Amino acid sequence: MIDKKKIAKFLGYKIVRFAILLVVVILLSFILIDMSPINPVNAYISNMVVGPEKIAKLEAYWGVNQPITVKLMNWLGNILTGDFGTSLIYRTPVLQVISEKFTASLILMLSSWVISGVLGFILGVLAGFKRDTWVDKAVKVYCYILQSAPTFWIALLVVMIFSIWLGWFPVSGGVPIGALSNTVSFWDWLRHLILPAFTLSILGVASIALYTRDKLIEVMSTDYFLFAQARGESGWTLIKRHGIRNILLPAITLQFLSFSELFGGTVLVEQVFMYPGIGQAAVSAGLRSDVPLLLGIVIFSAIFVYVGNLIADVLYNFVDPRIREGEESG
Amino acid sequence: MDKSVNKTNKFDILGSMNLRTKTLLAIGLSVFILVLVVIISFFIDPSSITTDWSVMNKPPSLEHLFGTDWMGRDMFTRTLKGLGLSVQIGFFASVLSSIIAVALAFLSSFNKYLDSFVSWLIDVFLSIPHLLLIVLISIALGGGAFGVLVGVAFTHWTSLARVLRAEIKRIKTSEFVTISEELGKSKFWIARKQILPLVFSQVIVGTILIFPHAIMHEASVTFLGFGLSPHEPAIGIILSESMKYLATGNWWLALFPGLSLLILVLLFDIAGENIKKMLDPASAND
Repeated sequence: MIDKKKIAKFLGYKIVRFAILLVVVILLSFILIDMSPINPVNAYISNMVVGPEKIAKLEAYWGVNQPITVKLMNWLGNILTGDFGTSLIYRTPVLQVISEKFTASLILMLSSWVISGVLGFILGVLAGFKRDTWVDKAVKVYCYILQSAPTFWIALLVVMIFSIWLGWFPVSGGVPIGALSNTVSFWDWLRHLILPAFTLSILGVASIALYTRDKLIEVMSTDYFLFAQARGESGWTLIKRHGIRNILLPAITLQFLSFSELFGGTVLVEQVFMYPGIGQAAVSAGLRSDVPLLLGIVIFSAIFVYVGNLIADVLYNFVDPRIREGEESG
Repeated sequence: MDKSVNKTNKFDILGSMNLRTKTLLAIGLSVFILVLVVIISFFIDPSSITTDWSVMNKPPSLEHLFGTDWMGRDMFTRTLKGLGLSVQIGFFASVLSSIIAVALAFLSSFNKYLDSFVSWLIDVFLSIPHLLLIVLISIALGGGAFGVLVGVAFTHWTSLARVLRAEIKRIKTSEFVTISEELGKSKFWIARKQILPLVFSQVIVGTILIFPHAIMHEASVTFLGFGLSPHEPAIGIILSESMKYLATGNWWLALFPGLSLLILVLLFDIAGENIKKMLDPASAND
């Protein structure tokens, strides 16, 4: 059975580590922005007309003319009380912008994460089982090429083929510009989701397929696998009973560890398809000096990546029966 | 190899080679092409990429292999120049990255506090998505080639640092290091004379394998608009410009420059993997 006490201890340790990490990420990103030529107050003022009392408030928020340590503490205090500031581009509180954009991106990321995971696993099992045949070679070539391909270029190719050449999908945009997101019909929205999700899926397949293939080949050379073969098991039953059972968990763990790459891919894909998600918000925040939004996105992306790693850790340490048994006896 | 036995056609040259010769051939060919690209791009005079309104938006032809853009510039020349630029930035970024990795790996070997500090630092750098961190660093340094270079360098050292850290730990348990310690040699002396020569080949391979990632990340960040300035003929710039002309059917503007970048990255991967096999023959059986 899963040891509840051990899990609680493990999670407690992870949460403390996470808190420290988060503080460091917050400080680090703030220092980086502080080093940059961007002045958050000036960027704000140059973008809209504001009264002197508003400027004073902004200067107090950013701690202008104060030493970096005071600024840092000031900023950290603001963040910890949940005050992320107001976005310059969207003119709304940063938290609101992020929650809206992150939801849109999460749907995109989640769907492509699931599709690429399942597809990659199937391809990996096929390639491993049919080792050194044309299936294996085709999967390998596909994976190697996609691993070396720039994400945004694949996205451009997908646009060229499916939107322009075949004309199946709209060229760009998650929702028509100017329309409110709740007035857009579900189908309209789905039509805009398919291509970005498709692009991210075919790109995400590569690493998981190669990993699964290698793992399966490793399992196929073990004694218990050989013994099962000697008993007369073969084909799909053999793979299902002795192969997949052993490689599924490591593969899922790997898929959870890929959150960081998934986020990076989403930023690029959203930019090409003009999908109004967190990636596009991050890029426009960076280009238009929207400091509060950019810092907010960095913090939330760090949380996102950490959650992925944490789930992978839990799977690895507590769900895998072999490691669980090993720790109990050891 | 086993297939080549019953083949008696002209491909038998490949079949008759042993693995070592094949590996050397792969390294030689890929390095040759890469060097060729860099040299050619170095000799392309920027003024030769002139605007010529008479040949606007021409699809690929023998005269213009990759077609021309909306200003009549030859895309083949622009792409080559961009590839050269990518290799240059990739080179400096991966060398800088390796230096950081080596320095931190040695730092971690000095005592156990520094060791946990370094592994914690690796965690911190892995916790922010790479792309976002590069953008942040690039903004902090005011953008431009320097910003991207430092950004890429500061995000790609983690994997090499991990490998080196484990390797150095292993070497430190060996007898010759223990003896040197008993003889009173300084930690610096041991690091320089006994550990560095042993991990040197791994550092070289690590640097080459960072290259493809560095090039791709540079292109991605430039594509997003944070990297090189729009006047530079970088691949990221070319592709982000091409986005505006895709709807009008100018497919060659995006296809060929991206494909060239893909081939460049693949060549670096092939060169790196094969050099790894040469320097560390045990890995050739994987």
